[in-house]
Amino acid sequence: MMALLLAAPVAAPAQMESTQVEIRGHGFSTPALTVKAGTTVTWINHDDDAHTVTSTANAFRSPGLDTDETFSFTFTQPGTYEYFCTLHPLMTGKVVVTPERSGT
Amino acid sequence: MSDASEGHELDRRGFLQCMAWTGTGLLWSVVGGVPGSRVLGPTAAQAQGAGQSFSFVQISDTHIGFKGAANPDALGTFEAAIARIKALDPKPAFLIHTGDITHAQKAGAFDTVSEALKGTGVERTFYVPGENDVFADGGTEYLNRFAVGGPGRGWQTFDYRGVHFVGLVNVLNFKAGKLGSLGPDQIEWLERDLAPLASSTPVVVFAHVPLWAVYPEWGWVTEDGAQALGYLKRFGSVTVLNGHIHQIMQKVEGNVTFHTARSTAFPQPAPGVGSGPGPIKVPVEELRGVLGVREVRYTAGRDRLAVVDTSLA
Repeated sequence: MMALLLAAPVAAPAQMESTQVEIRGHGFSTPALTVKAGTTVTWINHDDDAHTVTSTANAFRSPGLDTDETFSFTFTQPGTYEYFCTLHPLMTGKVVVTPERSGT
Repeated sequence: MSDASEGHELDRRGFLQCMAWTGTGLLWSVVGGVPGSRVLGPTAAQAQGAGQSFSFVQISDTHIGFKGAANPDALGTFEAAIARIKALDPKPAFLIHTGDITHAQKAGAFDTVSEALKGTGVERTFYVPGENDVFADGGTEYLNRFAVGGPGRGWQTFDYRGVHFVGLVNVLNFKAGKLGSLGPDQIEWLERDLAPLASSTPVVVFAHVPLWAVYPEWGWVTEDGAQALGYLKRFGSVTVLNGHIHQIMQKVEGNVTFHTARSTAFPQPAPGVGSGPGPIKVPVEELRGVLGVREVRYTAGRDRLAVVDTSLA
């Protein structure tokens, strides 16, 4: 299921970066994360409750994540991606994606 | 009786009022009853012979599919709850399941629950969904199974022996950063549904997330619940039954009594205790003592319904 969501319809960037956001205590460890385009972000759920990582603009949508389950998404396009947990909507976060070659 | 209620302290005060009024029970007791205390004069419904005594059962937050440390055998404790219900005498007229039937919409969990509930010997179960039952597909599976032919997206109404029942759905409108809500369509429907009723009609309202502000910081409230409750204020007896928070809380406001129910799967912390809501692990020998089912008894001639919570211990 995750593999399907990872298939981004854009040419792969030259260098792949990745980072992780932890879900714990009904919160996201980095609620505002800034990454370069091409970065893969992986969320891991450390709670006993199930959670989701769901874009408010339908850019990505995880299934229900049980304890220790993960969801990954590769951000290819610059922009601001707000997301929340559809089970606990007070849990919100965002990923700010900057152009891949900015500053280089 | 009490004004706007937010947070733990007001809940406690609300409960103290409740205690003073009933003169019985403790909030966390194994059996806490709220018996009737005032006899109404003959009502239209009773004059028609409608108000015969009966009981029904509320079961909540079965979370079938949950396998976390707080209860690796949520199916086993659910089956213990079924045994409790089966043993009730007199037999309840029907069951009400106040949602989170499944844990995270696990495949097959709806089937497991509806099949297992046949073991109670009670013919009919009325369901309302919890967020775990609808989050993955916007409610498609739940609504196709439980709400076909209903007046809206899962909300429902029925009458039984002179008591009017309303099932509300407050988990289909979750939006980022917002609280759960009923939505204007459902509230308008509720207003229309209640309008023709005599104020002497006993009303039971059931929904998953509390309709009153138990603890908004954790989402334990329905954003537009107060609006819905406004249409209920004129009634002489309103019993509101909710789940979601996996613990018993009670509050009395005018003629409205609010009750949240235990889960059959796992407990959650008291409001505001710890880092957030969610399953808490208690010593294994204590688990069944914090899980339970609820019997609600309607006695003809009394305006309050008796609410009796029984643990699975």
